[in-house]
Amino acid sequence: MHRKRLVLWPYLLILPALLTILAVVFVPVLKALLMSFQSYDLRRPHRIRYTGLENYGEAFSDPLFWQALMKTAIWVAAGVGMQFIFGFMLALLLNRRFPGRGIVRSLSLIPWVTPGVLIGLMWRWIYDGNYGVLNDLLLRLGLIHDKIPFLAQQSTAFPAVILTIIWQGIPFFALMLLAGLQGIPEELYDAADVDGANAVQKFFRITVPSLKNTIFVTTLLRIIWVANSVDVIFNLTEGGPAYSTQTLSVYVFNKGNTLNLGYASTMAILLALALATVAVPYLRILFRQQEAG
Amino acid sequence: MRRNRLRHLPLQILLMLALAAIMVFLLFPFYWTLVTSLKPERELYASRVTYWPNAPTLASYRKLFVEFRFVKPMLNSLLVAAGTTVISLTVSLLAAYAFSRYRFRGRRFFMTMFLTNNMFPTVLLLIPLYAIMRKLGILYTPTALILAYTTFTIPFSIWLLHGYLNDLPSSLEEAAMVDGANRAQAFVRIILPMMAPCIVATGAYVFMTSWNEYTFAVMFTNEANRTIPVALKNFIGQLGVEWGMLTAGGIITIIPVCIMFFFAQRRLVEGLTAGAVKG
Repeated sequence: MHRKRLVLWPYLLILPALLTILAVVFVPVLKALLMSFQSYDLRRPHRIRYTGLENYGEAFSDPLFWQALMKTAIWVAAGVGMQFIFGFMLALLLNRRFPGRGIVRSLSLIPWVTPGVLIGLMWRWIYDGNYGVLNDLLLRLGLIHDKIPFLAQQSTAFPAVILTIIWQGIPFFALMLLAGLQGIPEELYDAADVDGANAVQKFFRITVPSLKNTIFVTTLLRIIWVANSVDVIFNLTEGGPAYSTQTLSVYVFNKGNTLNLGYASTMAILLALALATVAVPYLRILFRQQEAG
Repeated sequence: MRRNRLRHLPLQILLMLALAAIMVFLLFPFYWTLVTSLKPERELYASRVTYWPNAPTLASYRKLFVEFRFVKPMLNSLLVAAGTTVISLTVSLLAAYAFSRYRFRGRRFFMTMFLTNNMFPTVLLLIPLYAIMRKLGILYTPTALILAYTTFTIPFSIWLLHGYLNDLPSSLEEAAMVDGANRAQAFVRIILPMMAPCIVATGAYVFMTSWNEYTFAVMFTNEANRTIPVALKNFIGQLGVEWGMLTAGGIITIIPVCIMFFFAQRRLVEGLTAGAVKG
């Protein structure tokens, strides 16, 4: 297998994938970096030129940029945090034996494979201020007395989009944690039973430590994914009302739509830098795994 | 633990209720979408909300296909998703095989390079790709979208297929090579057939993500080749909001996804969770 003659083969085999990725990922990232130093507005295509750090200066003095950054932090913290809590609960519940477990597990994953646009549309209809089912349910339960236009007012729009992303992300957490739970040897719990441990002790002394790695990796992946997601918010509110649901990703997307590509690139670079603080520890783990494997 | 089952009966019931509550939360939006798509216009915007249509009708579906020609975006989506799947699987399978079966200089560097791709924000790629494709003159063609989708499908497929390949012992091909086959023949005759279910699962995932994608699609397509997600979103802009037709479109969109997912599910879950659970 390690004959010298064959040593060219692996490079030839990875070449097609490598060339594609260089063309569609690495060239664009460099291009984005260049554009971030340019005044690059397709509404004025003849006036594209280098402007140094002007875009960055504009970003740092743009109140909407700071607001979007703040929104992103809340969106990620609340979204991923609750996805984790409910995903963990679901995983624990699905790890127990009961009839029909297989089909329930499959069904629980459907939100995960649902298109972002459809998620946006379904929930937009649920939240509707006139005919929405959420208003109807809350009225019937006597929890509210007047219908609430959830997505049309600033105070409720952001919590509403966060609830939607929580809904979307529960299945992925449950999926990963359930796999982790199934990998914990039963003997650990039997030994704890012999020692007279109660359920809470077993949970914190056995279950959580055994899942440490799964929790870490899944959380990091979700943070990156949720921070980058555009389609759910865009299809619910397009970032409104009055920018109250505009995360940084959505802001960049909206700027891209107005064809101010230079400024959009600048903010995208800043978003990438912010996410690097999350991605780097993840990559460290990945490296460690590869060394082990 | 199991011995005490009866003593814990109230607890058992409580836990099943908790599970039921989470499942209702997760599935109710789909139920609601289906019910909405079956309601006649009159009932949809009545003052009283009904939880099952009084007079179920397929009128919204008929309108979707006859008046709004929903078949066109479906075909566009099919073309893009199928193209992305074929290209991603081909180049990823070759690369995954190299990573799994050869130890070569730079192996770790290249693998990390592929894996880090998924860390880049979508919008960071979206903006420059838009500028580049506009210059190349391929903006608003299916090719543009297929290329854009490989940014996330290739890294993902390599990672998944690499995991599956590592589970196949290389003694399999070596035995065939001792019998006189070369490596390519061994790959085609031994590995491909054994990998088939895993390749199908990976392909299903690639197909689903391309079928579902919106952010690239909305910037890289026009009237002629817009895909389903873009068409759905545009319905809102064009007609105010016609919820009957929108929800009908949603149901049509998600049916193929669900069918593919249920077939590919077991392998996909195995492949996805392997990496996170092992280390």
